Amino acid sequence: MKHEKDATLPELYSRLGSPALREALRKMHLIRQFEEGAEQAYIRGLVHGTMHLSIGQEASAVGVGVMLQQRDFITSTHRGHGHCIAKGADPRFMFAEFFGKDTGYCRGRGGSMHIADVASGNLGANGIVGGGLPIAVGAALALKQERRPQVVVCFFGDGANNEGAFHESLNMAAIWKLPVVFVCENNKYGMSMSTERSTAVKRIAQRAQAYDIPGVTVDGNSFKDVAEAAQAALERARQGQGPTLIETLTYRHRGHSKSDRNRYRTKEEIEQWIAEDPIGRFEAELMELGLIDQAGIEALVQEVRNEIEQAVEFARQSPAPALADLTQFVYSTPTPEHCHVG
Amino acid sequence: MSAEVREITYSQAIQEALAIAMERDERVFLMGEDIGVYGGAFQVTGDLVQRFGEERVMDTPISELAGAGVAVGAALLGRRPVYEFQFSDFSTLAMEQIVNQAAKIRFMLGGKTSVPLVMRFPSGSGTGAAAQHSQSLEAWFAHVPGLKVVQPSSPHDVKGMLLAAIEDPDPVMFFEHKLLYKMKGPVPEGYYTEPLHEAKVRRAGTDVTVVASAIMVHKALEAAQQVEAEGISVEVIDLRSLRPMDYSTVIDSVSRTTRLICVYEGTRQLGIGTEVAAAIAESKAFDRLDAPIVRLGGADCPLPYNPDLERAAVPQVPDIVAAIRQTVKGGR
Repeated sequence: MKHEKDATLPELYSRLGSPALREALRKMHLIRQFEEGAEQAYIRGLVHGTMHLSIGQEASAVGVGVMLQQRDFITSTHRGHGHCIAKGADPRFMFAEFFGKDTGYCRGRGGSMHIADVASGNLGANGIVGGGLPIAVGAALALKQERRPQVVVCFFGDGANNEGAFHESLNMAAIWKLPVVFVCENNKYGMSMSTERSTAVKRIAQRAQAYDIPGVTVDGNSFKDVAEAAQAALERARQGQGPTLIETLTYRHRGHSKSDRNRYRTKEEIEQWIAEDPIGRFEAELMELGLIDQAGIEALVQEVRNEIEQAVEFARQSPAPALADLTQFVYSTPTPEHCHVG
Repeated sequence: MSAEVREITYSQAIQEALAIAMERDERVFLMGEDIGVYGGAFQVTGDLVQRFGEERVMDTPISELAGAGVAVGAALLGRRPVYEFQFSDFSTLAMEQIVNQAAKIRFMLGGKTSVPLVMRFPSGSGTGAAAQHSQSLEAWFAHVPGLKVVQPSSPHDVKGMLLAAIEDPDPVMFFEHKLLYKMKGPVPEGYYTEPLHEAKVRRAGTDVTVVASAIMVHKALEAAQQVEAEGISVEVIDLRSLRPMDYSTVIDSVSRTTRLICVYEGTRQLGIGTEVAAAIAESKAFDRLDAPIVRLGGADCPLPYNPDLERAAVPQVPDIVAAIRQTVKGGR
């Protein structure tokens, strides 16, 4: 029997139910604290190389992720930690990967930009802007060929929308009506260049018209708006009606990467967007609907804090890859002896 | 060779391999521009679409980057795509997906997956198609760890190596010289494979080793035939595979003949023969050398249109004959 207060819930929320909504909030906190933990680890010298943090974009990753099933697939981007967690990855193996450890998802070979967890349906982050789009279309083609019921969600950023790969991929997915949903996380800047300067259309979703597929722009900091758009697009994809382009308007609170001095945007702009923080907005919404209270949130945040601390500790104590294994994963089978000189 | 083995063309041998692969494994499918009802720009896929249907012989838009990437994505989910570039030159449009994705995904993911795909590259000069339809780019791909690169020279090998390539768990770049498509040779019926990592001695000899690949194997054999009357015994090695490369066969041969000539159609500088020469310089065969190593490769220019210029831009039989005479008779 339904709870009394469920009657006033938005349709999507009553369908998801309060445990799933609480889990969505937990995932958003997990992403946030994961990113903050990664940043701290970087400052402490535990992370080699750079990283691209998605702080501020959690609703986009989780709003889509909550509508996916475990057997569905995603492709992700260089700013992909959130997607990875939203799809079900374990922060222990993610931190281990960042720390270059043999226990990491990629055995320390990939790092932040190539994090993947094929077992949970994440076909991989990508160091190349737009690199994941054709791969997502290919995965969707495989699903269609095998008459499988799954879908592929292809995350990419506003920067990718001017790559040829974006246009070629949307066209191919459209002509073959493939079960793929393109999710463009428009955080306003491709590194330093704003979409106003880089992109001829006002809304990236307009570009869907060129491929005769639906294109929608949503408030990417609203969990509900993202999830509703994802639901419609996924349903369409599962019914064999082809792809959709979703543009989620969002913002990264941090710079592009660790080299960013934030010279291309103002303090005021950053502060305005921080005021629109997706986690704060989702919490306020859930409290208003009576689905969680302050104590519940605090307990959840503490639970996440413990998980992150344990994950960092697991990663620190994990062994490094053996130097002798340097060329181990280049090919599936070892190169024959007669193909080595000497 | 058994007299009962029928002769078919290199192109027919490829088509046969594709058909057998699709019959044996339902995961195998073909993608490419105009490979369906048109039959492929070189008629390699021919009527396969009528036998296997449009879902397994898929025409793609003129969209090489996404075409190659779709093959990568499908392979990641366990399909076995065979993607045809209409001309090898057009692979330049798909480099991102080949070099950054297909070649590296297995490694970047710590061995948790692989990319079992084949890309076919009709390549090489001699057709009057000029600079953007005649290149030999195989050395580029052979420079990328994670890719396998092969270049079969005969109808027999092209069939067996293509079947092996389709079964291989890693991405295989399959280079087909366009002038070989109409060449006939004995090809067994049915299924068989040839290794993707072994060179073959095409002709045994004692005075000089000529290492060649693709069309150059045939030119080298013709040159060897010509100098036989002069009492020069030439060993011709068909590399077949460029990555991994069968160094051992070449080193053993040069250790015996004490002389080496490399013949290849790609640009001479930093080419396939450069790698072979370097391998000899690093090996036990170096001390046995009785003459400087010779590399005959493509001229330092784009492929020209004029037929005489085009011929002059790549090694021809008289060039190989002259190099053999010089290497064997010139001494030190």
